[in-house]
Amino acid sequence: MAIRDRLSGNEAVAVAMKQINPDVVAAFPITPSTEVPQYFSSFVSDGKVDTEFVPVESEHSAMSACIGAQAAGARTITATSANGLALMWEMLYIAASSRLPVTLAVVNRALSGPINIHNDHSDSMGARDSGWIQLYGETNQEAYDNLIQAIRIGEHPDVMLPVMCCYDGFITSHAVENIELVEDEKVKEFVGDYKPEHYLNNAANPVAMGPLDLQNHYFEHKRQQAEAMKNAKKVILEIAAEYEKLTGRKYGLFEEYKMDDAEVAVVVINSTAGTAKYVVDQLREKGVKAGLIKIRVYRPFPVEEIAAALSKCKAVAVMDKADSFNAAGGPLFTDITSALYGRVDGVKVINYIYGLGGRDVKTDDIEVVYNELLEIVKTGQVKSVYNYLGVRE
Amino acid sequence: MSKVVEIRWHGRGGQGAKTASLLLADAAFNTGKYIQGFPEYGPERMGAPITAYNRISDERITVHSNIYEPDYVVVVDETLLGSVDVTAGLKEDGAIIINTQKSPDEIRPKLKGYKGKVCTVDARTISIDALGRYFPNTPMLAAVVKVSGVMDEDAFVKDMEESFAHKFASKPQVIEGNMKALKRALTEVKGL
Repeated sequence: MAIRDRLSGNEAVAVAMKQINPDVVAAFPITPSTEVPQYFSSFVSDGKVDTEFVPVESEHSAMSACIGAQAAGARTITATSANGLALMWEMLYIAASSRLPVTLAVVNRALSGPINIHNDHSDSMGARDSGWIQLYGETNQEAYDNLIQAIRIGEHPDVMLPVMCCYDGFITSHAVENIELVEDEKVKEFVGDYKPEHYLNNAANPVAMGPLDLQNHYFEHKRQQAEAMKNAKKVILEIAAEYEKLTGRKYGLFEEYKMDDAEVAVVVINSTAGTAKYVVDQLREKGVKAGLIKIRVYRPFPVEEIAAALSKCKAVAVMDKADSFNAAGGPLFTDITSALYGRVDGVKVINYIYGLGGRDVKTDDIEVVYNELLEIVKTGQVKSVYNYLGVRE
Repeated sequence: MSKVVEIRWHGRGGQGAKTASLLLADAAFNTGKYIQGFPEYGPERMGAPITAYNRISDERITVHSNIYEPDYVVVVDETLLGSVDVTAGLKEDGAIIINTQKSPDEIRPKLKGYKGKVCTVDARTISIDALGRYFPNTPMLAAVVKVSGVMDEDAFVKDMEESFAHKFASKPQVIEGNMKALKRALTEVKGL
């Protein structure tokens, strides 16, 4: 039986880490992710886990320590936000290219500057090409479930890539909500032991990690890394199916909410999806064929599946909680329109940048978006492709 | 769709409004409800105005915005009435609960023409009598349970007793005072 509880997102993730009982956690505090290593360190000092906890002096060092530990053969987890993730940047690429399945909880926060502690997705969106798998979660429940599944996804022999599990700062990380926890022993059984094929602490089969890799092999290694990301899509679904058997909770590459006959749809990431679902329900009561897609797996990006899911819509709004400053549209918008190109014709797609720096996203704001989509369906005209929601201009 | 009860707390940093919202979420959770409890974070300073929120429902709650049209507003510090628009969006069929020594009729003129129910409770006197110190959040928590009826009073009292026993395991001497404050506030809310 699942354990009914109420926890904040950060508590839920710390509990997942306790149940996973990793070999090493190396972390440096930064709002709003600080509570994750804080709660976890109390599990360490209370003897509830066997983990070696490494309090480092920066996020660059946190990720470096994780890479070193994982290379040695240890299962390793850390957490960060915003500028902490930015300081890890160099090491993110090294973790991915060294094919080390480190797990990272990213508590999404606006990247400075101007300095701001609140939620948007500018931190993890910037890391979208770092070679990490990116999972996003709407609620404390999804943050918890994603972290447990991430261990299996990253360590799968066909993948061997690091995974970041992202959830919204404060909105999810600090709000207390209902959650269903899995029993300790079931999580332990689900994640199993970490048994890498190659690792530094293996005297029987000594290997070098991170050596110079020049013109004769670098390109082949990057090609293999790209293949691993392609493989991840299948593995993510396999692990999700196994997790569903354990918990009854169904996970995919993205969630389709009332999409079967939807004419207008919003594509969104993280907590705003919940607010938008409420609006979809209200529109449905009025007979409006509204739907929603919530992205769970952003890297690898499910291009074929997204194109198929949106193919029957007349108008779609893609919501980005980060701007790309490319004078063209946000990161998710660029990926969605690329996915549709050559696969689906005639769907009108617009983009909204919203909620930057923690600007609250109300149901009224989401209604504005659906109303604009209905106007596009009615007139056949798109007035503006690249838009901002809830900003003073 | 079942009704979601939405509650907004106004207090000052250090008075425990955030803690009270989390305790309310806990108590409602223990009666089988779906709950949200979350503060609006800003620069944390003692004495600065802070806001915290609760949603309580029989069904899963998906909305993740702040609360703009609350059913109930709790004002933990009377001095906020001049500077914070505490009745903003408050439903007329809801209620505002204020920590003050004044009566509901005396305090109503400060509420910008709010026509709904106004309740008051003297959380300062209750707290000082019961605990010897000024912790207004426990009496205010009891008052909002009384006024809103979001849960059974006896179940609430029982749940809080267990919750305090856990929370104050290392200083059991404050459990009795908190329970005294809680029970007294349940009987002393004016304007019901």
